[in-house]
Amino acid sequence: MSLAHKSPSELRTSYLIGVTLALILTLIPFAIVAFGLVPRETALLIIAALAVIQVLVHLYFFLHMDPRTAPRENILTMGFAIVLIFIMIGGSLWIMLDLHHRMML
Amino acid sequence: MTDATAHRHPDPALEARDFGFWVYLMSDAIIFALLFATYVTLLGGTDGGPTPHDVFDLDRAFAETMLLLASSVTFGMATVSMVAKSKGGVLAWLAITFVLGAGFIFLEISEFTGMIAEGAGPDRSGFLSAFFTLVGTHGLHVSAGLVWILVMLAQISVKGLNPAVTSRLFRLGLFWHFLDIVWIGIFSVVYLPGVMS
Repeated sequence: MSLAHKSPSELRTSYLIGVTLALILTLIPFAIVAFGLVPRETALLIIAALAVIQVLVHLYFFLHMDPRTAPRENILTMGFAIVLIFIMIGGSLWIMLDLHHRMML
Repeated sequence: MTDATAHRHPDPALEARDFGFWVYLMSDAIIFALLFATYVTLLGGTDGGPTPHDVFDLDRAFAETMLLLASSVTFGMATVSMVAKSKGGVLAWLAITFVLGAGFIFLEISEFTGMIAEGAGPDRSGFLSAFFTLVGTHGLHVSAGLVWILVMLAQISVKGLNPAVTSRLFRLGLFWHFLDIVWIGIFSVVYLPGVMS
């Protein structure tokens, strides 16, 4: 969220590091699926883990969410959104999958 | 490298808009999170119709992913040019970003029309309704971003890189990079597991 203290070359380097990491983190899961490298359950776990890492990479290198320099209120808002997302995704899946189970779908 | 917030914007009104826009992005993230939850919940509801494995094409999903990632980088280069106060650089990189984003939307529309033509439209089953809602909502956001890029191209050409225009361009960048983050969720939750199933 803060660009003013960065020089253009620092900023360019940061984007290029970001895209290199993002590319690696994208190519691995696509390769796993395209070539069927590992069993399905393992593949799903790897895809989920790499997706979380890639989200963090994008937040840091592309959205400039550096915990040291980002404004405190932005970090707090994001933390609040993450809590809501966990409650709502977790709650929806818990209730609906339990319902599927009880309806024997 | 002193306190970064102290010299972000000379104008506190623009700084307030940055925060307001960030709050909007977070609420948008919650909307997408709920659409993801809806999709996963309805994944089994195919009503004897097409399954994810039948309708998803890994090559196209990969091409869409690469276009969006490339457009994120080119937007980053536009931001670099903006910090370097290079008006021509910003205009050129924004134009490239627009072309990449338009390519993404073209692929998505051809995917949607192809599925509908094969009888796998949003009215076919719960799974397909949820798929079109989730991926379509993301596509609408990207389309809005394309319109916004055009508006910024015009504003930069006419007004130059004044503080107000720079501030808008910064928020458009947040929006564009945010949509690429949502896409990580879409290929990791929708396409990759769908192709494997």
